[in-house]
This record gives sequence, structure tokens and C-alpha cells, in this order.
Amino acid sequence: MTLAACALVLIGGFLGGISRFFLSGVVGRGIGETFPWGTLLVNVSGALAIGAFAGAARIHGGIFASDLFRDLIVVGLFGGYTTVSSFCLQTLNLALDGEGRLAAFNIVASSVLCVLFVALGFWAVLWMAG
Amino acid sequence: MAMRLYLAVGCGAAIGSLARFLSGYVIVSQLGLNALYSTAFVNVVGSWIIMAFATLTGPDGRLMVGPASRNFVMAGFCGGLTTFSAMSLDTFILLFEGDLPLAATYLISVVGLSLAAAWLGYLMVSRFNRLPKGSQANG
Repeated sequence: MTLAACALVLIGGFLGGISRFFLSGVVGRGIGETFPWGTLLVNVSGALAIGAFAGAARIHGGIFASDLFRDLIVVGLFGGYTTVSSFCLQTLNLALDGEGRLAAFNIVASSVLCVLFVALGFWAVLWMAG
Repeated sequence: MAMRLYLAVGCGAAIGSLARFLSGYVIVSQLGLNALYSTAFVNVVGSWIIMAFATLTGPDGRLMVGPASRNFVMAGFCGGLTTFSAMSLDTFILLFEGDLPLAATYLISVVGLSLAAAWLGYLMVSRFNRLPKGSQANG
């Protein structure tokens, strides 16, 4: 726990939050905001990336296994990029609007796809490394 | 205008991420609990705050705030505080270690508790919004 670590988390979180806001905005404006596709895409892509980095840390070690990388990229950037709060807000809003099926679909799709894409990212890196 | 929104979200997310990092330090290094608890904690708390704040500042809410302030708290702070990636990675690691029951219990509990916290935030603040104005000290 150092000031440098806190600064890295702040920088990563800043960039991650802005990327999420940008991407979910683009998706929402593009295909409508009835179903929160933007947040789903953000969380699934963040899961793929975090899985790939976990794979890289396991195989290559080095920079990928360093504290600097963990604080800036894993905790800051992808922690700030992905979100559970917007997922809950949008799921409840679907349920409150009487779209119970879509709300249930969002819960199952987000939970299953995110774990699946962590695995996909992890195994893809292991496979590419031979 | 758009620039201001992005800046509000970025700053909120930076502060939220730091809060997540620091609460992880307290929960894991100071209290000695498993890191699974720190991810669960921030997700549940952030989900309560986003729904409570959305209800407080919504059409029937008691607090009027501009879009930049609303996004600073919701997309920014709450988005930065909570994390789907750490939760998914934790679940994957448990699966990788062959502990399917704990992986399933963990994922279902954190998602379920976060949704319940958001629902509670909505109920509590809706009730507060409906109170007669005169009952507020600084109405």
C-alpha cells in the first residue's frame, strides 16, 4: 500500500471509467437502450481482457505478474471499466418496467458470459504460447 | 458539454476505484479476510448507492442535480467502485482450482446480494421521497 500504487489505481480507474461511458454510450445510441447491451459488452470484453492477462501472468510472469501491472491495469483500468452497479440498476429498471424476462436474461447472460470469457481469454493465451 | 460529462465520469471512476483498492487493503490486509469478501463488499455497497442515488435524483426524487453530477456519482463513482471483472476472475480461479461448489455459491451470492442491495436502495429512497415535505428538518 503505497502512494504510487494509489496513483496507478486512480489513473487506471479514470481511463477505465471513461472507456466504459464511451462504449456503453455508443452501443446505447446505436441499437437502443431497451436492453443494456452496452454494459453487457463492457463487462464481457473486460472479462476477456482480464482472463488474457491472468494467462499472461501465469505463462510469462515478468511485467504481467508485477505490482505495477496489477495496480494500473487489473485493479485500475479493468476494475474501473467493468461494473456491477450499472448492471444492477439496469436489471432492476427492466424488472420495474414489467420486463421480467429481459431482467432474468440479463442476470444469467452477464454472469455466465463473463466467467466464460475469462476462461476464453486465459486459455487463448495459454494456447498461443504453445 | 460532452467533455464535462466524460471528465465527471472519469474523476468519479478514479475515486471509486481508489475506494475499492483501499477497502480491499483494509478487508484483506488489516482484517485478514479472504479477497473474495472485498470484491463482494464493494459490489454490494456500490449497487445500493447507485439505485439509492438514481431514485433520490430521479423524476420523483427530492434532490435535483445536473447530468454531470449524476454521472459523477452513478457511472463514475459507483461504476469505479464495483467490478465485474474481478468477480468473474475470482469465480474462474475457483473453477480452475476445481472448487465448483464454492465458485457457484460465490457468483450467485455476490450477484444476488448486489441486486438485493440495489432493490433495498430503491425501496428506502422511494419511501423517503414520499414523506411529506414538512417532516424534513430543512424542507
